[in-house]
Amino acid sequence: MNLMEKDCIIIGGGPAGLAAAIRLREAGVRDIVVIERERQAGGILRQCIHDGFGLTRFQESLSGPEYAWRFLEKAVDLNIPLLTETTALKVCPDKTVIAVSRRHGWLRLRARAVVLAMGCRERTRGAIGLPGTRPAGVLTAGVAQSYINIHNLMIGRDAVILGSGDIGLIMARRLTLEGARVHAVLEIQPHAGGLPRNIRQCLDDYGIPLLLEHTVVDIRGTGRLESILAAKVDANRNPVPGSEREFRCDTLILSVGLIPENELSLTAGIELDPRTGGAIVDEHYQTSVPGIFSAGNVLHVHDLVDFVSLEAETLAESVAVFLKNGCLESCPIALKAGSGVSYVLPHTISGTREVTLSLRVREPLKPCLITVRQAGGTVLSRRFAKALPAEMIHLPLEAEIVNGRTPLEVTAV
Amino acid sequence: MKTSCVCIICPKGCELEGETDGQEILSLEGASCPRGREYLAQELRDPRRTITSTVLVEGGESPLVSVRLSAPVPKNQIFAVMEAIRRLRVVAPVSLGEVLLPDLLRLGCDLIATHQVFAAEKYGPR
Repeated sequence: MNLMEKDCIIIGGGPAGLAAAIRLREAGVRDIVVIERERQAGGILRQCIHDGFGLTRFQESLSGPEYAWRFLEKAVDLNIPLLTETTALKVCPDKTVIAVSRRHGWLRLRARAVVLAMGCRERTRGAIGLPGTRPAGVLTAGVAQSYINIHNLMIGRDAVILGSGDIGLIMARRLTLEGARVHAVLEIQPHAGGLPRNIRQCLDDYGIPLLLEHTVVDIRGTGRLESILAAKVDANRNPVPGSEREFRCDTLILSVGLIPENELSLTAGIELDPRTGGAIVDEHYQTSVPGIFSAGNVLHVHDLVDFVSLEAETLAESVAVFLKNGCLESCPIALKAGSGVSYVLPHTISGTREVTLSLRVREPLKPCLITVRQAGGTVLSRRFAKALPAEMIHLPLEAEIVNGRTPLEVTAV
Repeated sequence: MKTSCVCIICPKGCELEGETDGQEILSLEGASCPRGREYLAQELRDPRRTITSTVLVEGGESPLVSVRLSAPVPKNQIFAVMEAIRRLRVVAPVSLGEVLLPDLLRLGCDLIATHQVFAAEKYGPR
């Protein structure tokens, strides 16, 4: 088996991988390759036919395929090698990548830098331990989206959606437009998981009820799903006895969260953050293994693709410097998520240049005050009219305000 | 009359709160850009939405092509538009940006392909 030597291997040809590849080429890194599992690059955007992508980046509302095409077209123009129908099986700490390809068979590649851009996958029924029988008709929102939008397969006529993540909301509208009845969207939390605009244009527009603090307590049916039993939950998320309500339906769609897909990161020995499910990275998006970088949904789940592209481009600039100098500036200052903040990225910073922090609040706050503290003193505070767990916050942090190497803590009230 | 709604123009999702007479905006708070007022004014007068869907493709390497409208249509026309989209058949190849149905239902907007679909033979036997 031949060994293919590259400057940089990018694993994943979705929005993160394509943006990284393009920016690397623009920065003068010529010897790169993108490995993509599917027949066509573009990642999850290919099945996201709804619009609203690109408002930040292109100041216009594009559908998923159109947004992906802006990058794909550029990748083609720049002659970026794209190995499609190729699955990376293993990334070694020495930056060797083992892959299998429909066209080329078994592949061994080695690079000076590896970019992990594998995206994320959906939590399934097993992950949330839904009780009941195991009939056909219980599927995740992304799978439903792929069946309907890519494969031309209608999945059912009467649906209930569990979880109010954006894909679930988008699918509620899509199913309704395709003639199915969506009886309700159930959300276990006291607040919606998706963006407010999606609640309005996907549920309110079509009169689909959103039942907060509700979950599924039973799944019924043998061959095909026949009904589900919904119940209200208390403050500890336990079902309230007597609150059960049966919904007759042939389809239950799960939109109960996304998990960064980090199996390859683990084969490389990369340290993960249990809160994000992604790698621990410094401000260069470099993981705990030098020369291996991570950005996009494989690092932390984003709500807007525009920021996936942006993050991958920032990563690419660091990779270009790494390839030129053989190393990157060290990042000795730790960044910690304090009270009210579920996570903050990057995990460490250099303190010598401006970085943009990405963070999420734990609970909806209105108004919201984000504070960055160091050694007991406040170095930065910023007020927001509102903050929702569904909306990632980007906070620029200037180098001048960081003093010494003591850790920084970010809190939200 | 007090009116509150979430602006759907961009992902920011501003919570608009205002005073209206049912037709015109008398006062408005919560919009962080001028599009919020435009949106609410439109919503009061003539609520419109863009639609995205898919159209059946014959002889293509995939069975569907994704589509969108070139401009929003009145909310009460959404299902009529969907029916017209459902009835449509196109033949591969389809290119991105191609108008598949001009002046849809005489609503003044076109149905546009948002993806390309190559003819099936391009890929050959698999």
